[in-house]
Amino acid sequence: MTEHGTRAHAEHPEPNYMLVFILLAVLTGVEVGIVFLPLAKIFIGLMLVILAFTKAVMVAAYFMHLKFENKTLAIIAFTPIMLCVFLMLMLLPDSDPEAPGRQQPAPPVAAAEH
Amino acid sequence: MTNDEAYSYESPLTPESWGKLGMWIFLAADAMSFGGLLAGYGALRYVSQNWPDPKTALGINLTAFMTFLLICSSVTMVKGLSAVKRGDMKWGTIHLLLTMGGGIVFLGLQAYEWSHLIHEGMLLTGNPWGSPLFGPTFYITTGFHGLHVTGGVLYLALTVLMLRTGKWGANEVEITGLYWHFVDLIWILVFTFIYLL
Repeated sequence: MTEHGTRAHAEHPEPNYMLVFILLAVLTGVEVGIVFLPLAKIFIGLMLVILAFTKAVMVAAYFMHLKFENKTLAIIAFTPIMLCVFLMLMLLPDSDPEAPGRQQPAPPVAAAEH
Repeated sequence: MTNDEAYSYESPLTPESWGKLGMWIFLAADAMSFGGLLAGYGALRYVSQNWPDPKTALGINLTAFMTFLLICSSVTMVKGLSAVKRGDMKWGTIHLLLTMGGGIVFLGLQAYEWSHLIHEGMLLTGNPWGSPLFGPTFYITTGFHGLHVTGGVLYLALTVLMLRTGKWGANEVEITGLYWHFVDLIWILVFTFIYLL
C-alpha cells in the first residue's frame, strides 16, 4: 500500500516564522502610523493598500505555506483577488457621486439616550 | 490514522490530503464573500458625501492591537502545526489552545468595541456623525468576520479534541491552520479598508 498522505512537496527548510511575525507586526505599526501623517490622502491610501496586500501575501506565502505548494494551488488562491478587482471595476460606472439621488441628506440620528 | 488510506489516489494538487484541497477551494469562495462586502462598502463610501472619518469615529488603537493579536495567533497556529509534525503532541496542543485563546480575546475585544460604538449611537439605522450607511457597512462586515472567528475557535476546539484522541494528525491540523490564517488575512484587509482608509 503506497504511503500517500506522507509524500509531500519537495523538502525545504522551515521558514523563519518569527521573522515573518516581526515583519507583520512592523508593517501593522507602519500602517497605523501612516494615517496620522500630514500627507496627501491619495498617497496614504495607496501606501495602505500596498502595505495591506504585502501583509496578506506574507501570511498566504509563509503561514499558509503557499510559497512551497504546487503553483496551480497558488492560482486557485489568487483567483478571488482578480475577481474582486474585476468586481470593483464593474461597480465604477454606478459610482457617480453626482448622480441624482446620491446625496445623502441624512439628518444625524440623535445619540441614544444614555 | 487519517482517512487518506481509504483512497487509492491522491488529490492532484495537494497529495497530503483531499481535505487540504477542499479547504483551499472553500477559502477561495469565502474570499469572494468578503470581497463582495468590501467592494460594496467601497462603492457606497465612494458615492457618499458625508462619510464619517473612521479614524475619529472608531477606536483605531484597540483595533490595531486586535490585528496584532490575530497575527500572534497565526504564529501560535503555525508553531502548533510544526510541533504536531514532529510528533510533539504536548506542545502542539498547547499552541492550538493559545491560538484559540487569541481568537477568544479578539472576540471579546470586538464585543467591547461594538458595545461602545452602539452606546455612542452608531447603529444599523444611523449614527451621529454622517452617512447612515456607515453603521451597516461596518457592523455587517466586521460581524461576518467575527462569525468566522467564532467558527474558527470552535474548529480549533474540535481539532484539539480529535488530536488528543488520536483521530486527527498533522494533515488535519494543517487544514485547520489554513482556515485560521485565512481569518487573520481577511482581518488584515478589513482593518485596512474599514478602519484606516
